[in-house]
Amino acid sequence: MSALTPISRKPVSFYVPVVAAAGAFAGLLVGTAQGSGLLGIVIGAALLGAIAWLLTQVLDNEKLGRWGLIALFVIAGFLMGGIAAAVIGGLFGWFFGWFTYWLYEGRYRAHLVPYLTPGQVLWHYAFRVICGAIFMFLITPILVVMPLSFNAENFFTFTPEMLRFDPAGYSLKHYRDFFTNPDWQSAMRNSLLIAPVATLLSVSFGTLAAIGLSQSHVPARRAIMAILISPMIVPLIISAAGMYFFYSRIGLQGTYLGVVLAHAVLGIPFVIITVTATLVGFDRSLTRAAANMGANPVTTFFRVQMPLILPGVISGALFAFITSFDEVVVVLFVGSAGQKTLPWQMFIGLREQISPTILAVATILVVVSICLLTMVELLRRRSERLRGMSPG
Amino acid sequence: MKLARTLMATSALTLTAGLVNAADMVNDMTLVSWGGAYQKSQVDAYTDPYLAEHPEVSITWDESSAEAVAKLRAQNEAGNITWDLVDVTIADAMRLCDEGLAMEIDHDEMLAPAPDGTPASEDFGNTILSDCFIPQIVYSITFGYRNDVDAWNGATPTSVCDVFDLEKFPGKRSMYKGPIYNMEWALLCDGVAKEDIYSTLETEEGQQRALDKLSTIKDQTIWWSAGADTPQLLADGEVVIGSTYNGRLFSVIAEQNQPVSMLWDAQIYDVDGWIIPEGLPEERLARVKDFLYYATDTQRLADQAKFISYGPARASSGPLVGKHATLGIEMAPHMPTDPANAQNIIMMDFPWWADYRDDLDAKFQAWLAK
Repeated sequence: MSALTPISRKPVSFYVPVVAAAGAFAGLLVGTAQGSGLLGIVIGAALLGAIAWLLTQVLDNEKLGRWGLIALFVIAGFLMGGIAAAVIGGLFGWFFGWFTYWLYEGRYRAHLVPYLTPGQVLWHYAFRVICGAIFMFLITPILVVMPLSFNAENFFTFTPEMLRFDPAGYSLKHYRDFFTNPDWQSAMRNSLLIAPVATLLSVSFGTLAAIGLSQSHVPARRAIMAILISPMIVPLIISAAGMYFFYSRIGLQGTYLGVVLAHAVLGIPFVIITVTATLVGFDRSLTRAAANMGANPVTTFFRVQMPLILPGVISGALFAFITSFDEVVVVLFVGSAGQKTLPWQMFIGLREQISPTILAVATILVVVSICLLTMVELLRRRSERLRGMSPG
Repeated sequence: MKLARTLMATSALTLTAGLVNAADMVNDMTLVSWGGAYQKSQVDAYTDPYLAEHPEVSITWDESSAEAVAKLRAQNEAGNITWDLVDVTIADAMRLCDEGLAMEIDHDEMLAPAPDGTPASEDFGNTILSDCFIPQIVYSITFGYRNDVDAWNGATPTSVCDVFDLEKFPGKRSMYKGPIYNMEWALLCDGVAKEDIYSTLETEEGQQRALDKLSTIKDQTIWWSAGADTPQLLADGEVVIGSTYNGRLFSVIAEQNQPVSMLWDAQIYDVDGWIIPEGLPEERLARVKDFLYYATDTQRLADQAKFISYGPARASSGPLVGKHATLGIEMAPHMPTDPANAQNIIMMDFPWWADYRDDLDAKFQAWLAK
């Protein structure tokens, strides 16, 4: 992108305090890890304020300054905590070198339109920082789990060997435990037996209900819709307790069928909502045209309507699958020990024995979910492309 | 041809003869336990050998002992008892027995006598604390500490009161998130004689005194609710001293090789065992009884101690305790009942806690929230 606004150097009174403030924040992180957050803030602010001033006012050679800063931080990090800290130090050095010159040279205005007030510029970047922070808080816990799952110890702890990147600190034993332990294997099997069947039921019933409820002549549509969606709104524990007593009376409690039905009930609202949303854009005259050409309603549904609402059906199915695959409350009530699913097994493992096998399972599940979502997205794009190419 | 037919007929006969007893027993059982290393020890010592003798039986484990009382109430309400044998602490067994949710047992009739013929009720002795309760193990709540703390200048805790000494032993502690165990230790370290602890705790002043003592370490304490918490915190170095079940500490020290040591002083004894839910149908009860007779005999209880450092509840099992199954170390010195470890013990007053638990729980939680 070419520069929209001519840039100019900024006064010391502007960028040195800003870099110092960022340094204080970094100092807080480092200081907390070393034992004293407050000391970290003071040292971080003073150090980086001084560095910013030296880089711009004394050295005044950008390339040399930035590489020098990286080298300095790598060495400092290495002295504080070995190789891992050296890597983090290098990243810090790179960031502060870039940040200092970015402010000093006024580059932050280069890609913004010239008429923005300073307040608007500030908000422009604050907004991005907030978005970045949100992503960081959402994703960091998931990322932390992954290296920990390769821990050679039986605890949720980064051992000194792991932090030194010593191969002895890592092992695949928790993955081995997951793939060989009969408890985990039967839990995995139960989850894989329950979730697809529950999804199939949810999708069939949910799609039918959505199509029926989108017809204008159905009486009390809103009331029926509200009842069908209620499992999503009622607290799960209430549904679970209710199902427990009801299923006990009719002999479904503790059976495979019982758990499948319960999960199907939880999945139906997702299918109804996504399919109803796609039906809004569905042209009813197409079904009349199909009927006009001699297709019966069933053929019309499968040949005309279904392909057009397929994206909604698939995303509903995905939600229903994940609901069943992740669900722990209802299965604890409706299932018995013979239907122990993966989340149930994880719940037990977390409560009774904090074993990193859970982290290995979590890592596998995250990877599977990412693959699943990517696949669905690719399929969706493909179908859009295909429909875009076919005539009208 | 004729020979073959005779052979077949006889083998069929022997088969049916073997099945006469088994015919009126169901072959599925759901056992409820605590998960983790403890349940593993039950699998190794009780159910694997039982299944080897009875290949037709299948056993399902449910790790729900922590909420056994609530779930048995719900099962009873729904008229749908899905559990066959439930592992609970003695306190829960007493509650379940009082509520009529657990079956009353004739210990001498249902359990095997000791090898020398001593009837079961005598062999189990004072661990039979309720008519519904079939004891398995004696365990204790005690402290473990990290033995690599620089700030202690080489000193190691020798008394439970060192837990309350923040000057000599600085660092975070982990304690159970409830009044039970903590109030006993607090009073003991506030100068109350061991035999007066429960009578002191009956009074308002006594309760306040225990909480005041706990207040001295409150801001240095992390409160745990699952048995796995303290081992994790100790291994992390997050705490320097913490209470938990002695078997969990054994696992941290001997199996995971963490720099942790035991502090056996003023350990509090507790008992764990089976109960049979009330209202099982005839055929299921028959199977449970058959299993129970086998799983609580002298040898089986001694075998369990090969896998976990909890003391067998039968007196006759004590001399049979041997070495750890995989580590090969002698298990007796790791038992809470070993004379060297049991020099100073607190025997928990279970009926007393049954009466005061709700009240003190509320007071403790209010104090915790302050």
